[in-house]
Amino acid sequence: MEQEVRSRKALEWDLSKSPVRELNNYLHHGLAQDGVEEVRVLNPDGAHHIAVGLDTPVKVEVMGNAGYYVGGMNKQAEITVHGSAGWSVAENIMSGVVRIEGYVSECAGASGHGGLLVIEKDASSRCGISMKGNDIVVGGDVGHFSAFMAQKGYLVVCGDAGDGLGDSLYEAVIYVRGEIKSLGADAQEEPMTDEDYVVLAGLLECAGFDDYRPEEFKRVASARKLYHWNSEHDQEY
Amino acid sequence: MTDKPDGEVDHALQENDAVTHGGQESFLYNRDVQAWVRKAANRGIYDIRGMGAKRKVPHFDDLVFLTASASRYPLEGYRERCETRTVLGSRNAKRPLELDTPITIAGMSFGSLSANVKEALGRGASAVGTSTTTGDGGMTDEERRSSKMLVYQCLPSRYGFNPDDLRRADAVEVVIGQGAKPGGGGMLLGQKISERVASMRTLPAGIDQRSASRHPDWTGPDDLTIKIEELREITDWEIPIYVKIGATRVENDVKLAVKAGADVVVVDGMQGGTAATQDVYIEHAGIPTLAAVVQANAALEELDVKGEVQLVVSGGIRTGADVAKAIALGADAVSIGQAVLLALGCNDHVWYKDGKTPVSAAEDYEKLGTRPGLCHHMQTGRCPVGITTQDPELEKRVDPEWGAKRLRNYLQVLNMEVATLARACGKSDVHHLEREDLVALTIESAAMAKVPLAGTDWIPGVTGF
Amino acid sequence: MCGIVGLLIKDPDKRELLGRLGTEMLEGMATRGRDSAGLAAYTDEVEEEDARKFSLYAPGGSFDWRAFAGGMQDHLDREVTFEANGNHAVVVPHGLAETAWRWVVEEHPEVSLLSVGRSIEVYKDTGHPADIAERYGFRDLVGSHVVAHTRMATESAVTWAHAHPFTVGEDFCLIHNGSLSNPNNLRRMLQRRGMHFDTDNDTEAAARFLEWRLREGDDLEAAIEAGFEELDGFYTFLIGTKDELALVRDPFACKPAVAAETDDYVAIASEFRSLAYLPGINDADVFEPGPEEIFVWNKKSVAAKR
Repeated sequence: MEQEVRSRKALEWDLSKSPVRELNNYLHHGLAQDGVEEVRVLNPDGAHHIAVGLDTPVKVEVMGNAGYYVGGMNKQAEITVHGSAGWSVAENIMSGVVRIEGYVSECAGASGHGGLLVIEKDASSRCGISMKGNDIVVGGDVGHFSAFMAQKGYLVVCGDAGDGLGDSLYEAVIYVRGEIKSLGADAQEEPMTDEDYVVLAGLLECAGFDDYRPEEFKRVASARKLYHWNSEHDQEY
Repeated sequence: MTDKPDGEVDHALQENDAVTHGGQESFLYNRDVQAWVRKAANRGIYDIRGMGAKRKVPHFDDLVFLTASASRYPLEGYRERCETRTVLGSRNAKRPLELDTPITIAGMSFGSLSANVKEALGRGASAVGTSTTTGDGGMTDEERRSSKMLVYQCLPSRYGFNPDDLRRADAVEVVIGQGAKPGGGGMLLGQKISERVASMRTLPAGIDQRSASRHPDWTGPDDLTIKIEELREITDWEIPIYVKIGATRVENDVKLAVKAGADVVVVDGMQGGTAATQDVYIEHAGIPTLAAVVQANAALEELDVKGEVQLVVSGGIRTGADVAKAIALGADAVSIGQAVLLALGCNDHVWYKDGKTPVSAAEDYEKLGTRPGLCHHMQTGRCPVGITTQDPELEKRVDPEWGAKRLRNYLQVLNMEVATLARACGKSDVHHLEREDLVALTIESAAMAKVPLAGTDWIPGVTGF
Repeated sequence: MCGIVGLLIKDPDKRELLGRLGTEMLEGMATRGRDSAGLAAYTDEVEEEDARKFSLYAPGGSFDWRAFAGGMQDHLDREVTFEANGNHAVVVPHGLAETAWRWVVEEHPEVSLLSVGRSIEVYKDTGHPADIAERYGFRDLVGSHVVAHTRMATESAVTWAHAHPFTVGEDFCLIHNGSLSNPNNLRRMLQRRGMHFDTDNDTEAAARFLEWRLREGDDLEAAIEAGFEELDGFYTFLIGTKDELALVRDPFACKPAVAAETDDYVAIASEFRSLAYLPGINDADVFEPGPEEIFVWNKKSVAAKR
């Protein structure tokens, strides 16, 4: 592996010379030994699986567009994509931060347990599907079926939300600033509480979205009618 | 004729009615169907139960082996070695699974099973040198500690799925479906989530269970290819990736799984069990394991990956004969779920205090509206013998050490039976069993298994009409 | 099933870019499908009223296209031009196209029709997409728009005939990523209405459905709308007509599609990585169609309407 080490702390990795598999291997094992604290990934060109399964507090800067699963199952690391990303960004994220400066494709932040995902432009459909405790902040719009079956965590949408928002929602909470095309089964709009404003302000600050104020947002949460099925209630299964 | 509270019919009374009143029972609208309709009209909710398909379908029992004869010489038992060693996942992984037997333990969740049982499974499996599999709900420390080889399931729900457990697993099994409910998911109405299960799954306790039918982050084999790659990247290509399917369009699905990169394909027939799902799925979706293993094997042969990609078959594997026949028809290994629970006392009329003293469980079966031998009530979590339960009192009824020994004994018997049959067919390795060692006792099983009807050359649809 | 690619060059003076960029996009999709690939390009339009371009296929690799074209020319007493490449050829009778086709069916039953139209050319074959692109010189194609596909077989066999794009009628082709769940009933319904099927592929069922709607007088958008009711399952469709490129996703929108639009082009692919190398991609408007959202780009008006 011939990669330039700019200083003891930062490393440049050129994916056009050494493939993703070697990069991930290095990030999993070699990094700790070298004492490297930051890795700049050059020429990503939409490759899949960049920086997956990390478990160290390293900074990874992806200089371009990432493919599917960037930051998948992330722990501790701070990953920034200076471009767009494909499906399932930061899926199953456990902790740490993944930030995408451009657009992301479907299933962003799927099934995460902790940590933060920030998407500066639009996310596509199923953003936050099956969330289990992670937080997602989207600067633009989210597509249909976002937060589908979301169990725990916060999804913040600074733009508009597509159809079926929060379908089959559990205890996750969604804050939406723009229009909601339609709510999913068992999702309802609720008044914002003082606690909501505090939580939301914190998330917007972490995301670096200073232009938006918590007062501009609506709260969407579970109506909890699917929690206990009732034969009299005409519920649809 | 009376219906018991749970809708089960008192058959004893029925018998008399038919005789004394001279009315012939309708085949279509028999007493069971009548009781079912009344139950539906009463409750307005569908049936949920555990176990697999109960009805009779063609199975391995319909096949028999052509063992040693004048032209085929048997091996001596005990002196002439019959190899049962099995390797799974040699295609891509740096560390394939090396088992001492072709019999593995199928995925069953902690949540449906108690912690004690999971530990017993781990220890018993390790004692015979085979693997266990986690289920919907994730990996417990008990199971990881007790099981030498642990396969980690990646399911649509992703409950508890995390990279640390992934990294300490010996293999990953991406579950597309299972035999009991291929294509299923949906609402398990009335299945309340207990406290411990709730915390493991990040759900509120006491609510109805919802089950995802598709994976959250991929749909379709082209995207599965990419998901499998991701799992490999996270685990540094060390461990094998299995893909499990419920048996429906088996030939297509197996081919797709292979093309998507699976190292091992697991095919689960309609007889496969479950802890809780809608009865309508269990009985009316999926094809028999006998038909599935043949189609799966044909798919691997057509893609010319026999020996490269392994096939594990499950769904109604109970005896050494089942195992041997599955292998003869092309499986590299089998996976057992329901029968393993039977070995631990499922449906037994007693449980064993401290692993020694039998204590009657009859009353507890009655409370569930059933009796030993007929119970399928895993979904209640009130297992009379302490297996499918989270209740702290009930789960004490399975002593892990006792359970481990029972499992070890059972698997040992199966393994010996397979070797016995293989030796009798002149094989020094159970994996040398082949389909030509089998014939069928019925026309249906001959057609499904594509082996001749005993005493004839006839394979329906293949030779002749 | 697998990887879709679409490209429309907006500037009529930049149409030589079509082949080069289209091929790069296609090769970027090879990881989604390695069994076969196909491409439909809308290149120069034939001028004569009753002339047509036929994309033809003859198995074996040693078919004498020159003799074939000569035979057709003799029969028609009209000029017949052709460009051959192994087992594919684009043959243009400059008049009496109907007669020409009847002659092919009678005299050369071994030759299969890949497409017919005034502008369309179709190539499809089994093998790796990069090899196929090389074999048929995709890089040198000049035209307004292209629709291409890489495939991993799902419910029907890996054969040449099952490779996308599916062509029906004139200048019409369809590419499909996904899997329909009711293709058989659809096929039977269409067969009752007189449509003929070449394969049991679900994509052909969808293509013939649209062909039927167009025949019944629907425009492309109305035909696709009718499809939302009749077609069940998961699909992303990429459709080409003589002047149009269309993109649509089913009501679940589970199968991927990403589009990028600049002043110079509209590019569509299953994955962003296929678009990553395009010129000006960093400033492009990148978006994914929502469920049941229909996008149609007309090369003449190049406006997207929903």
